[in-house]
Amino acid sequence: MAEGELKLLGTWSSPFVIRVKMMLEQKGLSYEYIEQDLLNKSELLLKHNPIYKKVPVLIHGDRDICESLVILQYIDENWSKTGPPVLPVDPYERAIARFWAGFIDDKLLSSFIGILKATTEEAKAEKIADTHTALELLEGAFKKCSAGKDFFGGDSIGYLDVTLGSLLGWIKTAEMMSGAKLLDETKVPLLVDWGKRFLTLDCAKKTLPSVERVEKHARELQVTRWKVATAN
Amino acid sequence: MASEKGVILLDFWVSPFGQRARIALAEKGVQYEYKEENLTEKSELLLKANPVHKKIPVLIHDGKPVCESLIIVQYIDEVWSDKAPLMPSDPYQRAQARFWADFVDKKVYDCGSRLWKLKGEEQQAAKKEMIEILQLLEAQLGDKKYFGGDSFGFVDVAFVPFTSWFYSYETCANFSVEGVAPKIVQWAKRCMERESVAQTLSDPKKVYEFVCFLKKKFGVE
Repeated sequence: MAEGELKLLGTWSSPFVIRVKMMLEQKGLSYEYIEQDLLNKSELLLKHNPIYKKVPVLIHGDRDICESLVILQYIDENWSKTGPPVLPVDPYERAIARFWAGFIDDKLLSSFIGILKATTEEAKAEKIADTHTALELLEGAFKKCSAGKDFFGGDSIGYLDVTLGSLLGWIKTAEMMSGAKLLDETKVPLLVDWGKRFLTLDCAKKTLPSVERVEKHARELQVTRWKVATAN
Repeated sequence: MASEKGVILLDFWVSPFGQRARIALAEKGVQYEYKEENLTEKSELLLKANPVHKKIPVLIHDGKPVCESLIIVQYIDEVWSDKAPLMPSDPYQRAQARFWADFVDKKVYDCGSRLWKLKGEEQQAAKKEMIEILQLLEAQLGDKKYFGGDSFGFVDVAFVPFTSWFYSYETCANFSVEGVAPKIVQWAKRCMERESVAQTLSDPKKVYEFVCFLKKKFGVE
């Protein structure tokens, strides 16, 4: 295990940053968090993530690790003796976990952010439908991965729990702002229960921003970046 | 899908993503059944094995499907771990390998497609981007034999199938990969000395024929 201080460059609202914070919290690792202004990128950010210039960046001593899912796997492998494993031990289960993490970031995220970015009712309805489809697929994934236990990771939270859990603030915001029920107990009852359990955990309480704060931020983005009429 | 023992790969001959899986299997000496898919008429097996994305490649191992090429390569590496390890053992080097394989995934295919799909200013922008991508990869390779150092590794497997598309990129967008990233071209030649790579990669001229076929299909002049 490499020695050295841990620093995390991030923004408070980014789910990609939040999931790293959740994992560090879960492993009991202390770190210095440095909030970044993405409209005015710091020398520190440009130095430690020259390729993408994005957050999160985990700085471990003289090492830079970028891309949230890469960071999660690094934390798992570098601190493998601390706490339960983040990724499953079995290669097939690991492949499944990696698959669904990619799906969450690729399909689910773009769907519910799409709800907030939609400029017409039609586009919004389409994105709401896409989100339901994605969540229903994840309901099936949860059933298989959890095998009747509380979390995707089994008895304790793992890779998929934090990957999806980090989106909960934004999903709830999208629900509030669109009036559409996304985590609908009639459609995805297992995920709804999982969500409630997840939110009681320390790693969630300490890292997820309030829905009010996310909503305010989303409304700002709608005006400044996404050019959406704010009559919602 | 019966739980028959054995390894099946659902694939498409020219797919660089499928080729990653083939190279990994060859490096490990794994016997498998190759099934060519008709992507305009996907088989029942493919739709059952990859219901979410309906894409190739899919590796079916003892009846259990694994999807997404880089996930497949990591799975192959972890299951057949006794031979030709593709990932380094150090956690930080593993993180670096995952980062750069992901970089190839995010950048190369997409930008490459824009080189043959677009014209004029948009194509020029894609060309500029491709040159930057190749130069970043070249900087990462440095003077090493492979991206994995002395041993052929994860990033090498992720990137090498795209080298048979260089001829198509160069011809469509009018530039030379050797001119902008000579070390990458040398690395590609070294990789081709490996049986796993030489037996897997498509002939660049055949790739170009395929690109021309796609251009006609999509109505690109």
